[in-house]
Amino acid sequence: MTRFPILALALRSIANRRATAILTVLTVAITMTLFLGVEKVRHGARASFENTITGTDLIVGARSSPVNLLLYSIFHIGDATNNITWETYEAVAGAPNVAWTVPISLGDSHAGYRVVGTDNRFFEHYRHGDRRNLAFTEGGALGDLFDTVLGAAVARDLGYELGEEIIVAHGTGRVSFVEHDNNPFEIVGILAPTGTPVDRSVFVSLEAIEAIHLEGPTGAGTNLSATELRQMDLQPDQITAFLVGLTSPTAALRLQRQVNTYPEEALQGIIPGVALAQLWQVVGAAERTLAAVAAFVVLTGLICILTAILTSLNERRREMAILRALGARPHHIFALLVSEAALLAFFGAVLGTALTYGALLAGAPILEQRFGIFLIGMTPGLYDLALIGAVTLAAAVLGLFPAWRAFRNSLADGMTIRV
Amino acid sequence: MKQDNAPGAAAPAIAIDQVRFAYRRGGPDVIAIDGFRLEAGERVFLKGASGSGKSTLLALIAGILTPREGSVSVLGKPMSSMPSAKRDAHRAARMGVIFQMFNLLPYMPAGDNVLLPCRFSSERRKAAGDAPKEARRLLERLQLDPETYWNAKPTELSVGQQQRVAAARALIGRPGLVLADEPTSALDADVRDAFLSLLLEECEASGAALLFVSHDGALASRFDRAVDLSSINAAAKTGEAA
Repeated sequence: MTRFPILALALRSIANRRATAILTVLTVAITMTLFLGVEKVRHGARASFENTITGTDLIVGARSSPVNLLLYSIFHIGDATNNITWETYEAVAGAPNVAWTVPISLGDSHAGYRVVGTDNRFFEHYRHGDRRNLAFTEGGALGDLFDTVLGAAVARDLGYELGEEIIVAHGTGRVSFVEHDNNPFEIVGILAPTGTPVDRSVFVSLEAIEAIHLEGPTGAGTNLSATELRQMDLQPDQITAFLVGLTSPTAALRLQRQVNTYPEEALQGIIPGVALAQLWQVVGAAERTLAAVAAFVVLTGLICILTAILTSLNERRREMAILRALGARPHHIFALLVSEAALLAFFGAVLGTALTYGALLAGAPILEQRFGIFLIGMTPGLYDLALIGAVTLAAAVLGLFPAWRAFRNSLADGMTIRV
Repeated sequence: MKQDNAPGAAAPAIAIDQVRFAYRRGGPDVIAIDGFRLEAGERVFLKGASGSGKSTLLALIAGILTPREGSVSVLGKPMSSMPSAKRDAHRAARMGVIFQMFNLLPYMPAGDNVLLPCRFSSERRKAAGDAPKEARRLLERLQLDPETYWNAKPTELSVGQQQRVAAARALIGRPGLVLADEPTSALDADVRDAFLSLLLEECEASGAALLFVSHDGALASRFDRAVDLSSINAAAKTGEAA
């Protein structure tokens, strides 16, 4: 008995029922595209999220919880429980192994976008993704007291251009009754998209934050002229948080302990990567749900194969009887149907993978420009091969069911052709 | 290979002895035949009305079904006592089957359909020699020009042409026994006569025994011998057989 080339037979049988086969393969391909697409964007989103801030060794703020500090200082969600004094900032900045620090002062907003009081070191030291620097698409860093730099989303959504003047409002709501409208800011720079909260931030100098609050924290700004203000000492008394870069990353834990036990003020220091991973645990639930939904969609595609084969089974009883009469063993019939299911799934999975990567290649520049999501793994890899294998195998397993039916039929029918 | 039951002479193509068969355990017998022989190379007409159990008998001979009692031997091999794998292998190697109609796998061209038995049995493939050449020769003998019809899809062929392709498929590799189940009942009278002549000629040329089952008694005269199934099948006499 020769090993019968069942695969060749299955291929021809599929080709014979071309219309159904193409539809089935397309269904599997689309479900596969959906699954892979969700996977790619999911991993891209996760990587973007976990790389929201890189190159910073420690974030220091008032004592609350690590996730809370991360949320208000980096993601601009919620408010600081407390500020920290300038003296404390200077003390930590002067500690050994500290290479640089970037102070951050929050509390104001423009049209719902947070205003971040900082200085030009922010643009130099804030890194995201694979340690990418911030880049200016237009203009440059802060110079004059009332200069402002906009994140990409702010400029795009509000349609701002260089040289325009904007007004900063007190508080963080979209609608504010207190506007610092005596002191308009001039846009001197617009940042490139990053896919981080930087895109949705308005950057001004610490001194400007101090200046617009001279008449008391809730005032409508100061009536002093810009020239008068420029001559004043506008060193702030307190800031919200600051970023720390170290000469050696190994010093982070020691400095963190020193910050957390700082006797003069209740401080806490967090290591960004650790806190981001903690935060992802919370927001990642949605991502896992999405993956589960996509997996079920793939299952639906596989069940389509099952339906197509089961439907064809009755009209193929004659074919099975002929094969039996020619000497095919019942297990040949069994193998034929399992192979057909597996082949349909295999073609669908390969097509779906090709579609996904085609779409990714076409769409990656748009994703990067519009949303700052940098997709990783743009070339098919082992994971995709394994996925194709898994889908094919799953279809073969599902194919056992129609195969078993055909096997039983062919035993019962004998050589009688029932139509 | 033991064929010691027929020293000197060839074993009979079919030997049925005291066979009883029912589809369900304890159900009514569909086949009850005390004895039937088809000698090697003999061409026999088996007359059976529909429902007389002829398809069941053919399945028993082909080894797809096994009798409840008794024995069926085909070309010297005791089909009824061999395991199913051996029966399937024996059928693939030594038997050809022609059905009433729709004999061909719809997704294979005529030529590949003729070659199919060789794919299931290396013995059959060896017996065919140069199988594609042999298939072409048989098609030509059955008056189907291989140049024209080798790549023809079954749906492009007339019923008579399909039956001739099926005959070529049954005959490839010189099987010892050809089983034909009403192969002419879907054909017009002239096509039927032409087909029957070709089938008989080719069976004779290749030395195959032929068991030709039909309800149409008018064909009986063309065979070596004619047998009425109802006269040998005790179960059919009641008229209740499925």
